[in-house]
Amino acid sequence: MGKRRVATTLLVALGSVGGAVLWRLRSGKSRDHVDLYFADGSMVSLAEGSPEANRLLGIARRILAQAR
Amino acid sequence: MEAAQALADLTEISSQLVGAVLADADGSVVASTLPDDERAAAVARAAVELLAAAEEERREGPELIQVQAALPDGSVFVVRDDRHFVVAVTGPNPTVGLVFYDLKTCLRLVGEEPAQKPARRRRKKEEQEEESADGEA
Repeated sequence: MGKRRVATTLLVALGSVGGAVLWRLRSGKSRDHVDLYFADGSMVSLAEGSPEANRLLGIARRILAQAR
Repeated sequence: MEAAQALADLTEISSQLVGAVLADADGSVVASTLPDDERAAAVARAAVELLAAAEEERREGPELIQVQAALPDGSVFVVRDDRHFVVAVTGPNPTVGLVFYDLKTCLRLVGEEPAQKPARRRRKKEEQEEESADGEA
C-alpha cells in the first residue's frame, strides 16, 4: 500500500514537472511577427502565417541579411 | 546635428543595435553604420518597401510611424518622421521600447537646427560713441 502511494506520488510529480517544462518551452518560443505602430498610439500585430505578415517578414529577412 | 554624428551616437548608446541606416523619405541614404555603401542602399530600399507594404495594412486613418519585425535571428526596426527614416537591425529578443526610444531620439537630433552662434559683440567704436553721447546729454 505504502509503495503504491509512493509510486503514484512520484508519477504525479514527474508528470507535473514534464508538463511545466513542455509549457515553458512552447511559450518561450516567440513566433515571428510584425508590429505596426500608428500616430494615434494604436498598434497592429501581424503573426506569421497570414499573407500580410508573410510579405512583411520576407522583406524584413532581406534587411536582416543585408545588414549583417 | 549632423546625420552621421547622430547615427554614431545612436550606435554608441544602444548596444543592442547591430547596424543602422538613416535615409531620406525616398530611400536615399544619408548616413549608415554599415561598412558597404551598396548594402546600406539595399537596406534603405528594402525599408521603403517595408513601409509601403505596411501602410497597405491600413490605408485610412492615422499615419504609420514605426514598424518592428521580429524574427528568430533578430529584429528589424523602422522609425520615420516627415523627412527621414531610420532602419535598424538588432539581435534576437531586443528591448523593444528602448530601441524605439533611441531611434526616435536619433531622428529628432537630425531634425534639429544646428546651434545658433552667439550674437556678435558690438564694436568698440559704437560703444564709445554711445558713451560719449550719454555724457553730452
